[in-house]
Amino acid sequence: MVRALDRKLLRDLRRIWAQTLAIALVLGCGVMLLVAANATQRTLVQSKQTYYERHAFADIFAPVTRAPVSVLDALATIDGVSRVEGRIAFHAVLDIEGMVEPAVARVVSLPGDPARMLNRPLLRHGRMPDPDAADEVLVNEAFGRAHGLEPGARFDGIIGGQLRALTVAGWALSPEFIYTVGPGELLPDERRSGVLWMNERAAASAQNMDGAVNDITLTLTRDADPRAVKAALDAMLAPYGGTGAHDRTRQISHSFISGELQQLAALATYLPPIFMLVSAFLVNMVLTRLIALERTQIGLMKAVGYTTAEIAAHYLKLAGLIGVVGVVLGGIVGWWLTDGMLFIYQEFFGFPFLIRDSGAGPMALAAVLGLATAILGAARAVWASVRLKPAEAMSPPAPPRFSRGIADRAFAWLAFRQTTMMILRSIIRWPGRAAITLFGVSASVAVLVSSYFMFDALEVMTESVFTQSNRQHLTLTLAQSAPEIAVSDALTLPGVLQAEGGYGVPVRLIHGHRDRLSALQGHFPGATLHRLVDDDSRPVTLPPQGLVLPEMLARDLGASPGDMLAVELMSPPREVLDLPLIAVIAQGLGQEAHIAAPALFEAMRMAPRVTHIHLLADPAQMDALYAEVKRTPALAGLSDWAEVRRQFDATVSENLLTMVAIYTIIGVLIAVGVIYNAARIQLSERSYELASLRVLGFSRAQVGYVLVGEMMLLTMLAIPLGWVVGTWFAEGMTEALSTDTVYIPFAISRRTYAMAAVAVFLAALASVLVVRRRLDRMDLAMALKARE
Amino acid sequence: MTNVPDQTTRPVFRAEGVTRVYRTGAVEVHALRGVDLTLNEGQMVVLLGASGSGKSTLLNILGALDTPTEGRVYFRDRDLTRATDRQLTAFRRDHVGFVFQFYNLVPSLTARENIALVTEIARNPMTPEEALERAGLPHRMDHFPAELSGGEQQRVAIARAIAKRPEVLLCDEPTGALDSKTGVQVLEALAQVNADLGTATVLITHNADIQRIAERVIVLADGRVVRDEVNTERIAPSEVSW
Repeated sequence: MVRALDRKLLRDLRRIWAQTLAIALVLGCGVMLLVAANATQRTLVQSKQTYYERHAFADIFAPVTRAPVSVLDALATIDGVSRVEGRIAFHAVLDIEGMVEPAVARVVSLPGDPARMLNRPLLRHGRMPDPDAADEVLVNEAFGRAHGLEPGARFDGIIGGQLRALTVAGWALSPEFIYTVGPGELLPDERRSGVLWMNERAAASAQNMDGAVNDITLTLTRDADPRAVKAALDAMLAPYGGTGAHDRTRQISHSFISGELQQLAALATYLPPIFMLVSAFLVNMVLTRLIALERTQIGLMKAVGYTTAEIAAHYLKLAGLIGVVGVVLGGIVGWWLTDGMLFIYQEFFGFPFLIRDSGAGPMALAAVLGLATAILGAARAVWASVRLKPAEAMSPPAPPRFSRGIADRAFAWLAFRQTTMMILRSIIRWPGRAAITLFGVSASVAVLVSSYFMFDALEVMTESVFTQSNRQHLTLTLAQSAPEIAVSDALTLPGVLQAEGGYGVPVRLIHGHRDRLSALQGHFPGATLHRLVDDDSRPVTLPPQGLVLPEMLARDLGASPGDMLAVELMSPPREVLDLPLIAVIAQGLGQEAHIAAPALFEAMRMAPRVTHIHLLADPAQMDALYAEVKRTPALAGLSDWAEVRRQFDATVSENLLTMVAIYTIIGVLIAVGVIYNAARIQLSERSYELASLRVLGFSRAQVGYVLVGEMMLLTMLAIPLGWVVGTWFAEGMTEALSTDTVYIPFAISRRTYAMAAVAVFLAALASVLVVRRRLDRMDLAMALKARE
Repeated sequence: MTNVPDQTTRPVFRAEGVTRVYRTGAVEVHALRGVDLTLNEGQMVVLLGASGSGKSTLLNILGALDTPTEGRVYFRDRDLTRATDRQLTAFRRDHVGFVFQFYNLVPSLTARENIALVTEIARNPMTPEEALERAGLPHRMDHFPAELSGGEQQRVAIARAIAKRPEVLLCDEPTGALDSKTGVQVLEALAQVNADLGTATVLITHNADIQRIAERVIVLADGRVVRDEVNTERIAPSEVSW
């Protein structure tokens, strides 16, 4: 049987349903984010882990120029190595029917027995290539699907400097290429970049690698020391042109996924507490009022013999129920959102299977936190009231003590109207409640600022990458470095207006006992197409001698300007250069070392060479240029910057509207919850006062002004505060979200501040106007009679 | 009227030198100034006095809703002034019923549920139905307070107070907010309970007419007992009017 006190509880809850809902929505947002981010993260982690295990994803990757197969046996004896595999890997330019511009593929060799190989591809469609058919390849599923390359379809590619016709045997997925982004690109583009698996023999003969490999991958034993293994590998592979062994953290696909997972974890950590804190304050605000209204009922319960604990439990139960509503709502939406998020991630990653996390863990965590939030929020309000002696509780509370303070004199001097005075007095007399309102609304603004800021960051990145740094149309990546004359040759390609060379070499930077694998970029003087820019998109003028490093890399190396660095070139001529660090620049995008090309070649004692050629071309002649490029054997790849930009913009704008909508709803819900509740409490406390005004002849609008004015004044005060807090959040988020591969610049536009302010202002206004309607319906006689 | 309290029954309450001082800021209000008093089992006592004479304060202290600043209050042989909060709660739960001027019903509970609020925690309660029957309101059990008249609400409050079969019923101006006819019905209900259950009843009023239904009349003024008499010419509540 339901106890009388519990019946009261349920009826109280029904009576304040709108306020309960407003709080539950705010709390629910926190729960939803917690559940969705956690469940998505766990699902992706479990799926990734299982995928890696089932398909023997390697732990260490060591590219070399050319190593005899026999070296693999020696590598297998390194302490901590479980399995070693050598393969042939290279980039190829492809000519796909129906595509004007060339595509670029990473080609990986398939050993004789693919079933036992490391980084084993998973066949999704068609069959494995026939070991005797030199032209048969597997393509990665996304690329095959994008071009409709059904098994049996043919396309051309420049393989080992020769134009070859290839036949599709089937489609595959691989743990190595979950996230496939082409060289020099920002987002995966399944049309323009792909992966090909080719029979080992065919790959070897194409690359002239019979009996040799150029890419070594290996797995480690459970107790291996990766650093020691990498050092041993580097020592043993140096004679074969080893460019430095690295672990999964520098493997593109893995590091990108790790970055995404890190971002999800950050989302689950930073946002929910804001919502929970605001909910706690709201519960406190609403319960304080409810308990004030039920003061005599509390006295009565005490008089008839209910203990303090029983009465406290009664109100805590009410708070708990508000919490339950929030947790249930948030849990349901969170579960649904998890599916949505997983769907989006699947579009990018294409895991062959998802091991869906039951969500029980995150749900339990959210439930505990959500209920704790509501009950902690209520605790203070309940504690203050249940301490009253029954006789005291049953008599009306002492009227608030008013006295004229400095503020009053200031108001009087400013000669405000009396209704304005009522607003200002209310804020000053109940600073606690005004503070909660102020805090809540500013949290709302802050959440919006720190959400919208992501788009500013993207814009800054776009501006920096596309407008300042890369103004070329195309970048050609040469298969091998070539004399500088190649730049002049490129000018003869159809439609080319301007050509510039660039030289990049993999290096190990050493300072004292610290070292980092990186690349050294040689910049030719007078380059205007591809420029080095800092975070503020300002072009960096390179000093005539010495190195320039981005801050983060310099910090990792513990180096500051004036220090000498040892620069170990990881490709021929493979020597160690001693170069001074001249300057450190603020540059988050790209973690490479830079030097003026003449200084580099002087140190290397060789004539200038190029590894990249940047081209500006006549847009009208692009087709002819592409056709020519597709047949140029010396190329390992190319980046079409206009296309990259188009793809980037398309992806961003596709998600932009949805993301803005979701963030806005979540963000303004806080403002709605806070303002609605604050206004309801105002109305409840001041109904006598406001009814009196009506009786005295004030119009509805004038009386409404007292209610609406106070809420909107607090909102206006909260907005700048929210900007400041939001800016801190955004700053914190750039740190939390930036990974080795993805750098989030810190930039907030005026538009972001304005959008956050407008959204919150409108939400607050709508909330208070809903409450104001109650004022219109107020029964004057009743309101005047119902003196507490 | 005589000046001698009835000595044939055992005392329920004994107050010795009860003083209550309220402090609000710099102001001290002496609500009671050394009240000595004994109340016996089954007695129907009326407390009379002007506003601010200390009637309600005395009633609250007897009912353990409040504690005296000085002096002792005994319920039977237990010193209430030395009891812990937990003991006072148990005392109220088990021994005392309250009826207030403004009924103090829980608006979100029906008549029956308001009574159940007490019967659920009492040791030997009657059913809410029986309590309402005794209070003369058997037909409106499932109505909410807002659907009941003032007199009906007060009878629900009486039913709630007697449902636990208390030894003492403390009523603070139970007819104060009611018209004469309804007030009489409430008084009848109280008298009936006093007669049927033998509950000692203390009834505050500033309506001098009502004292005539009491067995004993205590008059307070300025925080002191100024008169304490046995009423030898009791009348029935139905004979009272105001």
